[in-house]
Amino acid sequence: MINTNEIFETIEMIRNEHLDIRTITMGISLLDCISSSSEESCRKIYDKITRYAENLVKTGDDIGDEFGIPIINKRISVTPISLIAGASDAKDYVCYAKALDRAAKETGVNFIGGYSALVYKGIAKGDEILLNSIPEALAETEMVCSSVGVATTKAGINMDAVKRMGQIIKETAALTADRDSLGCAKFVVFANPVEDNPFMAGAFHGVGEGDCVINVGVSGPGVVKKALEHIKGEDFGAVANTVKKTAFKITRMGQLVAQEASKRLGVPFGIVDLSLAPTPAVGDSVAYILEEMGLEKCGTHGTTAALALLNDAVKKGGIMASGYVGGLSGAFIPVSEDAGMIAAAECGALSLDKLEAMTCVCSVGLDMIAIPGDTTAETISAIIADEMAIGVINQKTTAVRVIPAIGKKVGDTVEFGGLLGAAPIMPVHEYSSADFINRGGRIPAPVHSLKN
Amino acid sequence: MRAVVTVMGVDRKGIISKVSTCLSDNNINILDINQTIMQDIFTMVMLVDMSDSQTKFTAVSKALGEIGEELGLEIRIQHEDIFRSMHRI
Repeated sequence: MINTNEIFETIEMIRNEHLDIRTITMGISLLDCISSSSEESCRKIYDKITRYAENLVKTGDDIGDEFGIPIINKRISVTPISLIAGASDAKDYVCYAKALDRAAKETGVNFIGGYSALVYKGIAKGDEILLNSIPEALAETEMVCSSVGVATTKAGINMDAVKRMGQIIKETAALTADRDSLGCAKFVVFANPVEDNPFMAGAFHGVGEGDCVINVGVSGPGVVKKALEHIKGEDFGAVANTVKKTAFKITRMGQLVAQEASKRLGVPFGIVDLSLAPTPAVGDSVAYILEEMGLEKCGTHGTTAALALLNDAVKKGGIMASGYVGGLSGAFIPVSEDAGMIAAAECGALSLDKLEAMTCVCSVGLDMIAIPGDTTAETISAIIADEMAIGVINQKTTAVRVIPAIGKKVGDTVEFGGLLGAAPIMPVHEYSSADFINRGGRIPAPVHSLKN
Repeated sequence: MRAVVTVMGVDRKGIISKVSTCLSDNNINILDINQTIMQDIFTMVMLVDMSDSQTKFTAVSKALGEIGEELGLEIRIQHEDIFRSMHRI
């Protein structure tokens, strides 16, 4: 029989340290739903999603009950809609977003991702129509998440697309102004996006994937924080080892749930994403882990080094625990979804510039950051350009999800509720980047030798 | 299928009796019991075999939860694999 202490350790992690499975995400290919008639295509999309994901939520709940581990979200990701709708006669793809939204509601999932386009090098007809419709699609649907890939290490940065992103974010904020510009929380801009990410808002089902797949995202910042509390004052070797051991255990949960979900749903298992994903609940914060390492407040000098250690140790510990690791694996630093980040931003310890530096060493990027509502589209594009450059040069995924909250200024707070949390408005630089952004064109792909 | 029942809380009379009666009522066989009292806190771990039980897992879980509420204890039942997978390769 398993050791009693081990049993109570697991229970303690779930009961007091917020260990949970953050999401079971079913990736569904929509390539066989393409049609020249948008009406027919939307019908096929709705039918396929509701058929494939019919038992997703129930299966997730059953597994959660039997194993006694909370499974917070059940989600769906689909093939980027620009690829599916491009062949149709539609002049506007909002009807596709609505079909996705209906399918999400019917299946009972929390979010559906894939209202997306990949425009690293150029914007095709389908991409153009999709980009134009993103603000309206996000305003008129509840569950649909949208993402756009504007840069890769191999293609460089499409600065024309980056310019459009600033405008799209501003339009989305304006259309959802009555809800603290919530629409922007469902939209993310990527460099080097991954095709098997189970986390929202950036999940989409890549064209290299099979017809249907189950990806699982684990969580557990609270467990890592608790483990570090036991080794106060010990050196970084001990810190790294503790994080690795904890990440291993957390990931084993993810692997178990992924295999079980895959078996019960009769769908192949894709990957476990071993991200430390925080929630606004106290004790479930990545910032508190960094503070536990010895920083008075997250954002002060030393934060980047602490996060680098954490991110690397999470991967090292998790990789051995799962057959297939993928997605965004690492530590997330979404400001509004992390009680410690919120507190650090509120007291001025954490700035946008420091967050940008932190994204060089952790997974993803500038995430869930509320900025003043009067921030110009060009400034938002410039924030995106900086973040894309970090991803492209460092051959990693980076992303931007910022919310220019209409009518709000520095000192105010936006409330999104639920897992999306609340965020203080953070200041942006006031000097203009407009002439830089208006140049357009592409920033060429970087050289991969002469690394300095 | 095998599951692990855990009981935690302040010690009192009849805990083992009530839990094991509930299990036996649902045709669940107890394979192993480990019980200790640490600083007045009663902790018990039972390994049980549910393969002959016709009762749904969630119903057993609910029934045990109700006993827990009645006795002021925390009682959980979880599939054995969650512990096995976390602590064993």
